[in-house]
Amino acid sequence: MAAPMGTPRARIPTGVKAGDVIEIRTLITHPMETGQRRDTAGATIPRDIIRSFVARFEGAEVFRMDLHTAVSANPYIAFPFRAERSGRFEFVWTNDAGETARLTAELRVG
Amino acid sequence: MPITAHIGRRTALTAAGALAAAAVLPPAAPAATRTPTEVTIAKIVGNRAVNQGRIAIRLPAIAENGNAVPLTVAVESPMTAADHVKTVHIFADANPFAEVASFHFTPACGRAEASTRIRLGETQDVIAVAEMSDGSVYLARQEVKVTIGGCGG
Repeated sequence: MAAPMGTPRARIPTGVKAGDVIEIRTLITHPMETGQRRDTAGATIPRDIIRSFVARFEGAEVFRMDLHTAVSANPYIAFPFRAERSGRFEFVWTNDAGETARLTAELRVG
Repeated sequence: MPITAHIGRRTALTAAGALAAAAVLPPAAPAATRTPTEVTIAKIVGNRAVNQGRIAIRLPAIAENGNAVPLTVAVESPMTAADHVKTVHIFADANPFAEVASFHFTPACGRAEASTRIRLGETQDVIAVAEMSDGSVYLARQEVKVTIGGCGG
């Protein structure tokens, strides 16, 4: 059974002016089980990772990441974005089982 | 085995081949002797030339905990619709699985830079391969020493 997708978080900078290139930081709680480990009884713990992260702004994809087992538990992902106008980000994390976690966040450009 | 050893061996082979021109040596290492990373990179690159430069891989010189090594990769690019970085692939050749992550950028990013935390099983080179919008390919590597490996073995 896949681990719960956990709580996603995102930090969007404030006080952003049009034309600024900002850094969006995201974090989600997830074990990122590699499939290489064994439990105390010696049985292999099945692989269970988040394999995809997508960031959209006002519906358009702006950044995407493919994750493999070498990404640490509780994946931290930071990426840049050129802020031109206020709008809404949508972030989607997807695991091996196809389950998703979603988060939206507002960007205010002053 | 660190990839540097393979590159070194191949360089040595090539040098030997050049010196002993009369000897019948294969022009390149056969596919069977390539590391999984080299095979994967070759698939991405295809028949394109691999360029050096433009990529900065930021890692600690010594990672005390291989379970969570902070990584930032940045590629010099104007990030315009006509000229931008499309994808940066990250590899760790000495891990059980060499593929670490691929970052897919768009001109909306404004800059080609991404950060995450990665697992490294042992001291090794981290390799970044960047694919540009014009089809060109760049490759860079950065060594990181790992005190306690992070692959749960």
